[in-house]
Amino acid sequence: MIKSPTLDKTTCYHCGDDCTTIEYIVEDKHFCCHGCKSVYEVLSADGLCNYYSYNEHPGVTRKQTNKRFDYLSDPTIASELIDYQDTRISIVTFYIPHIHCSSCLWLLEKLNKINPAIQYCRVDFLKKQLNIRYDHENLNLQQLVELLDNIGYEPLISLQDVIKKQNTTDKDSLVPKIAVAGFCFGNVMLLSFPEYFGLSAFEQTFKHFFGWINILFSLPIVFYSGIGYFTSAWQNLKNRVLNIDFPLALGIAVLFGRTVTEVVTHSGAGFADTLCGLVFFLLIGKFVQRKTYHHISFERDYRSFFPVAVHIIDNGVEKPVPLARLNIGDRIIIRNGEIIPADAILLNGHALVDFSFVTGESTPVNKTLGEIIYAGGRQTGEAIELEVIKPVSQSYLTQLWNNEAFTRTQDKRMQTFNEKVSKYFTIVLLSIAFASLIFWLPINATRGLAAFTAVLIVACPCALALSTPFTMSAALSIFDRNRFYLKNTNVVEQLAAVDTIVMDKTGTITNGSVDNIKLEANLTDRQKQMIYSVCSNSNHPLSRIICRFLGSMKQLKVSDYWEMAGKGMTARIDNELLFIGSAQLVLGCSEDIATNTKVHLTINDKYLGYFSFALSYRDGLSNISDLSAYYDLMLLSGDQDHEKKDLGRFFKRPGSLHFNQSPQSKLDFIQALQSNGSKVLMIGDGLNDSGALKQSDLGIAITDNVNNFSPGSDAILDGKSFDKLPAFLRFAKNTVAIIHFSFFISLTYNLVGLSYAVTGNLSPLIAAILMPVSTVTIISFTSIATHFAAKRRKLI
Amino acid sequence: MNIIYFLIGCSVLLALGFLGAFFWAQGNGQNDDLYTPSMRMLIEDEEEPEKDQPNA
Repeated sequence: MIKSPTLDKTTCYHCGDDCTTIEYIVEDKHFCCHGCKSVYEVLSADGLCNYYSYNEHPGVTRKQTNKRFDYLSDPTIASELIDYQDTRISIVTFYIPHIHCSSCLWLLEKLNKINPAIQYCRVDFLKKQLNIRYDHENLNLQQLVELLDNIGYEPLISLQDVIKKQNTTDKDSLVPKIAVAGFCFGNVMLLSFPEYFGLSAFEQTFKHFFGWINILFSLPIVFYSGIGYFTSAWQNLKNRVLNIDFPLALGIAVLFGRTVTEVVTHSGAGFADTLCGLVFFLLIGKFVQRKTYHHISFERDYRSFFPVAVHIIDNGVEKPVPLARLNIGDRIIIRNGEIIPADAILLNGHALVDFSFVTGESTPVNKTLGEIIYAGGRQTGEAIELEVIKPVSQSYLTQLWNNEAFTRTQDKRMQTFNEKVSKYFTIVLLSIAFASLIFWLPINATRGLAAFTAVLIVACPCALALSTPFTMSAALSIFDRNRFYLKNTNVVEQLAAVDTIVMDKTGTITNGSVDNIKLEANLTDRQKQMIYSVCSNSNHPLSRIICRFLGSMKQLKVSDYWEMAGKGMTARIDNELLFIGSAQLVLGCSEDIATNTKVHLTINDKYLGYFSFALSYRDGLSNISDLSAYYDLMLLSGDQDHEKKDLGRFFKRPGSLHFNQSPQSKLDFIQALQSNGSKVLMIGDGLNDSGALKQSDLGIAITDNVNNFSPGSDAILDGKSFDKLPAFLRFAKNTVAIIHFSFFISLTYNLVGLSYAVTGNLSPLIAAILMPVSTVTIISFTSIATHFAAKRRKLI
Repeated sequence: MNIIYFLIGCSVLLALGFLGAFFWAQGNGQNDDLYTPSMRMLIEDEEEPEKDQPNA
């Protein structure tokens, strides 16, 4: 067990949090809460305490343990979650965000020891998934999830899981294509070597034999591995677009055609080696480009934020109902920590709703009976009863997703450098090819044809097609190392092209939680103990922060406890009367809203002072404000403008601060900027920003825990790396410069090859050497240059 | 030198065997998760003291 230096502060054996009470001790191991203690007890009963020996504090805090999984007994929900089911067994896959260390792996693959009905469990560590096969006669889905929850591994089951199952993507066939291409390439190279070294006259029969086998190996290359280039080129031609696939497909076709003619007419050895190498390297490039970090989802929307089911009261009986079947007029019950799934009217209970994710307001909002509560808020405190007034799909929050920004295909937002260049490249290539054909045709028809095909072969933009994927994937892994996760390689180019940066406030430039607490009073130990005892009765977030701040103490007996939701509380300890709360409650006057949130204290009508809570800005915000020399920097906040003065230090340009923005007006604001020709980078964190994130040219979601919910975006930035944003932007610009330079290298190779080709004297050997050499040059140049650029920006 | 025809046939067959093996591994899901096994092998096998005691 780890003990911190001070005697009264201990850390929880299970999760490593500070223990604020000394209530939970088992076998001299301290726990911070009942939840953590009970996990330990479950594990020790089954002899699984090795869990704690692989890593210190492997668990997650279990302070909130009121989760209910009875909706899983609903057969329609269960059947949508289960992957496979027969008469005896079921197989299910869960996403468990807490999987993070070898202890997790060890424990989750030993579930069989806790319940023998579980037959098989396998963890996929990077995807944080657990695949379970179990005997559903002895264990149902609800019990299985409760078991996982009991040992601290609550699966994340959201509405999106249920929908995701229905449109699973088809398996991509790139890997088998590469395997076939590699197989053919290797064999063709082997069979081409005799030709390179020269065959003597009496070995000519071998030459034909090798030629025919080469054709045989080229068939799968052209008609299986390379077929994607033909279909893509054809599609683009139909849409009147010239992209890089057109010259590639042309090159492949010409290589194959010439190889077959040369072998059949015994006029040469053909270009089978070049053809196979070309397709193989191109596919590798495609594979590298497609490498994504699939353990992070970029396609999240409100559905992954909402629960699968909600509890309704039907004739006085409480029962779970899937969200899709929730009707107008249903009475729903929302407990502490649960999310309100649809716009509803408050009927019963004290509603203290945390809308931080929807509106950007950081402190929970107090609602009175009869008031409309919009979907997406999280109730804190006691259970409340609500009546649904709008179906889930038409709620205030979900309506944002009906905006056209969410329906258009979004990958074609900015033309990449490659797309721009390949258009001109193709035109120039074709004109050179036809020019040499016309030049030679009157003199020598066969030579003209040879020159024409040779130009198409040698200028085939293999190196050009590879320069972007290799540079981008090198850049992507540099970003990944710095906890900046990009959705795909195109995002790097977009990052380099932006000229306007728009930021959200709460959660984006401020830290997610309100925990910068200061005590502005001189209190005796006894007074601290009294305040601790009173605050520990309250579920209000501020009370919890105060408890954590004061550390673990012995609780005193509290009587006459009375809490006024959102205002504060009064209580009596040994005939001393305490008031803890807002200025209105404690001092009887309202407070100037421009200052920080404060919690005031009086004991026996004597004013002692206050706790102040400051929203702290993220580290490196001043770095970001230095960017205003190169970028238009703006702030869009859903909050009131009481921080305007503070923020003016960072956003100096007049008119760059915008407050009181609704999700829709954020989206409109971005759209207005774009119609003025700006390329907009939006940085946000909540559901309220998701419209703007989607509309912008590049949306970055910022989060303090990449496994938690973050809205759909092009990139996800870990809050710890926020200060590196200027370096990221500069590095993205370097990356694009590297692509430009490697483009010139590949052009040089093309020119050398062309000088041979236009004469019509291209030997297969030169083509076979030129192609791999240019490829290797490009790959090594891009990776080395990217490495140096990253070093210069101090990203590695 | 006609032996070359036979040898090339053998080498192609062998290569096809490897290609088939790769396809089998791919279809079997052996390449789906390339990270977790590296952690799994570092976890020690369970020693089960209760079972050992009767023999001792």
